[in-house]
Amino acid sequence: MSFINLKDKVVQVKIVYYGPGRGGKTTNLEYINRTYRKQILSEMVSLKTHGDRTLFFDFLPFDMGQIKGYDIKIQLYTVPGQVKYNATRKLVLRGVDGLVFVADAMEKQREKNIRSLNQLHENLQSYKESIFKIPLVMQYNKVDLKEHGIPILPIEVLQKDLNSRLQVPYFEASALTGYNVAATLKKIISSTVVSIQKKLL
Amino acid sequence: MNYGIVSQEQLEQIDVILTEKLIKLGVDCVIIIDMAGNIITARDNGESKYDVYSFAALAAGNFATVDAMAKLVGEQEFSLLFHKGQDSNIHFSKIDDELLLISMFGKDISLGFLRLNVVDVIEKIRKIWNKK
Repeated sequence: MSFINLKDKVVQVKIVYYGPGRGGKTTNLEYINRTYRKQILSEMVSLKTHGDRTLFFDFLPFDMGQIKGYDIKIQLYTVPGQVKYNATRKLVLRGVDGLVFVADAMEKQREKNIRSLNQLHENLQSYKESIFKIPLVMQYNKVDLKEHGIPILPIEVLQKDLNSRLQVPYFEASALTGYNVAATLKKIISSTVVSIQKKLL
Repeated sequence: MNYGIVSQEQLEQIDVILTEKLIKLGVDCVIIIDMAGNIITARDNGESKYDVYSFAALAAGNFATVDAMAKLVGEQEFSLLFHKGQDSNIHFSKIDDELLLISMFGKDISLGFLRLNVVDVIEKIRKIWNKK
């Protein structure tokens, strides 16, 4: 749940990047950190293993300016994608306001995407949240690999696998090159802020 | 418990308690966070320059990890944590299921004295919280 400080007029919004391991969640945050350096006052925090895999989470806070006199502080988190880390994934989801599901568009990752999305559904239920209600944006990452001859799932297949029931906004993206990273971020921020406003009214 | 919005009056009362009981004692910085990593309020002595937002995210993660460890050894919870450094120390104490009080202090304050004050502060904050 977002925290609203009426005294200092600050709203803190928690957005989590979720998805299967090696899907590009951390790379999304790293790109945002590099590109919007001027707006980001603090360093990105990454808790990772020696092999550069996310162990607990990455954390990137930034200011989005004001809405109706309230300072909006966006806090971006990633979860560890590896299957064995579900306990930590759940911890990071606590109090989440909006989600980006980073799917790996490589053909061989098809099943992992579906499994990860199903687990997200279960994990949200444990906090009495619903995947059908929480602001969510799909990102089909790694589309740039097509140019390198690596088999990529067609967008129709990804949509059918992951988004046929959810019907949420989606983007093809490449976290490495930055393609649609900002578009994904803008979409999830606007959906989340609108949803928080609705809850308050 | 609905902790999403705290009234201005409640926050002001809490800030006074933190300043009177901890900052005046010599604590460098006090933060109250929720378990999702949001900052409820932060007070400091005007000299410390901590990145409180990153700190809150890490502290919530840290506490959640220790909580999971407690369950593994059959404890209900470890309600306080203490990290000791050469020049600065951090003390974490649970206010309730959702809130955490974090105090950062140097070597001039004794841990025992700090703990006594923390207990007092937590009791007072709980009272304010329950008034809602």
